[in-house]
Amino acid sequence: MMTNPTGRVTQGQFSFLPDLTDDEIRLQIEYGLRKGYAWSVEYTDDPHPRNTYWEMFGMPMFDLKDAAGVMMELAGCRKTFPNHYIRLMAFDSTRGVESIAMSFIVNRPKNEPGFGLARHEVEGRCIQYKVHSYATDKPEGERYSG
Amino acid sequence: MNKPAEGGVATDTTQITDAKKRYSAGVLKYRQMGYWEPDYQPKETDTICLFRITPQEGVDPIEAAAAVAGESSTATWTVVWTDRLTACENYRAKAYRVEPVPNRPGEYFAWVAYDIILFEEGSIANMTASLIGNVFSFKPLKAARLEDIRIPVAYVKTFKGPPTGLVVERERLDKFGRPLLGATTKPKLGLSARNYGRVIYEGLKGGLDFMKDDENINSQPFMHWRDRFLYVMDGVNKASAATGEVKGSYLNVTAGTMEAIYERAEFAKQLGSVIIMIDLIVGWPCIQSLGEWCRRNDMILHMHRAGHGTYTRQKNHGVSFRVIAKWLRLAGVDHLHTGTAVGKLEGDPMTVQGYYNVCRDSYTKQDLPRGLFFDQDWCDLKKVMPVASGGIHAGQMHQLIDLFGDDVVLQFGGGTIGHPAGIQAGAVANRVALEAMIKARNEGRDIKNEGPEILQKAAQFCTPLKQALDTWKDVSFNYTSTDTSDYAVTPTTA
Repeated sequence: MMTNPTGRVTQGQFSFLPDLTDDEIRLQIEYGLRKGYAWSVEYTDDPHPRNTYWEMFGMPMFDLKDAAGVMMELAGCRKTFPNHYIRLMAFDSTRGVESIAMSFIVNRPKNEPGFGLARHEVEGRCIQYKVHSYATDKPEGERYSG
Repeated sequence: MNKPAEGGVATDTTQITDAKKRYSAGVLKYRQMGYWEPDYQPKETDTICLFRITPQEGVDPIEAAAAVAGESSTATWTVVWTDRLTACENYRAKAYRVEPVPNRPGEYFAWVAYDIILFEEGSIANMTASLIGNVFSFKPLKAARLEDIRIPVAYVKTFKGPPTGLVVERERLDKFGRPLLGATTKPKLGLSARNYGRVIYEGLKGGLDFMKDDENINSQPFMHWRDRFLYVMDGVNKASAATGEVKGSYLNVTAGTMEAIYERAEFAKQLGSVIIMIDLIVGWPCIQSLGEWCRRNDMILHMHRAGHGTYTRQKNHGVSFRVIAKWLRLAGVDHLHTGTAVGKLEGDPMTVQGYYNVCRDSYTKQDLPRGLFFDQDWCDLKKVMPVASGGIHAGQMHQLIDLFGDDVVLQFGGGTIGHPAGIQAGAVANRVALEAMIKARNEGRDIKNEGPEILQKAAQFCTPLKQALDTWKDVSFNYTSTDTSDYAVTPTTA
């Protein structure tokens, strides 16, 4: 259990709100589709703040115009990885943006072990910090089984 | 105004084209010297300035405009023969249009064009030395204000612009689709470094993305800068581990000398900070140098516009903040305080939106109600993240998002640290209000009108938000702005 006010990893757009229902997720997907974004489903068992590249559950859905298709991919990912972190990401290909426009977590492990902070004391009073995912103390594939 | 000398050479008001007459010793009117060209068609490579001028009693507005063109380019008060050694018609700025300002008797808008040869490449210092140099002290004008500027593409391309830019900043921070949240550490003066770091940790762990040094936190007797950096970074890293998010705190590196500024920036880098901060009062070359340093060191550069009100606020004299914002985007900053419209500091909402557009547009369109007089092609220069800071609180979340959209840092200093249940609770209130409002907007709700209701609903599951709404429900700063558009869409009392 993490000690921040939410008790969980707070990445993404909506981590401080109650978990979004499927209907609420669909509304967000539709908003992104209206903006012309392409949706993608990604999952990980290591939500370290600098772990940029979560695994892609298939390619970004560039030509998909119906939220139902994204929901289907999400259902597939949840079925395969029920205890992983899963996020939806929307890509905006507009010139001058060409980056991620939305990102929010839609699945989490039951227990979120969080992170440790290791302090390595160096010259003077300086400290080098290392953020460590407790989940990665276990091998890949076995991290959120409990 | 330059009166013709005793037995003066000319009383005509048109340009003298006969070279012998034009360069005979004495004093001419500026318009006779070639600084007024009503038929001039500005070139694509010209810089165009729009000045608001208030001529002294009895001074002709066209002559005043010509004088502005003259004094901001080559003219001196008398005729000099050495002009004839040069291709002087290129160096003369040209006033080409003068109009009375709507509803402001005695004030005129003057359009002045400057050839590209006038400005050194990549130097805001050089451009400003011309455009806002002598001319603002010129006696025949009661007042002058640089309202807006069109910078030609050719000159824009001589600048590197923001070292990081708002798109890459979001990628580095892993935060998308919502405004970023910050808070300025309070009280701004007096906290020991250890106590100061406590505020940083609580705010970030509670849900903010950034904390911030205030503009006048440098290295005073109560807190040495190295101590501040060390304790702040402990708070930042602890909060990052507690939340799983990238966190930052703007470490103010402003100091008395450039050497000291670099020393502080290097230390911030060594400690792993993602961002440093500088105050506007350090001046253009320092800002550009620090921008370069940030590029070399993967650092985001936060610009606090300390001091700008001394020259941007009064409508009749100084430099509009939209011009300062354009120069800062060229000079190379990543964050820029641009006002809140609803908070405690000066700012008419549409005028403030104009500043935001200047920071974030790929191509700024002329938009008179927002004070934007020119189209401006930014030719892919990176975008600056605007910062809304000063007297705002969670209860205004819908107004802030409605006015400014997603690409902004919303900074609640008092609105976080002054929360009755503590700093973490204050941060939670702001983050929940933000996420609830973004979610509702994306779902298609009309947040401008339904905002208060959306906040109340979110407060049902979030006690800190309820406490924040109850504490600040009646706080607003409804004063008339001094700096407003001359082309309001609807009449205002301003």
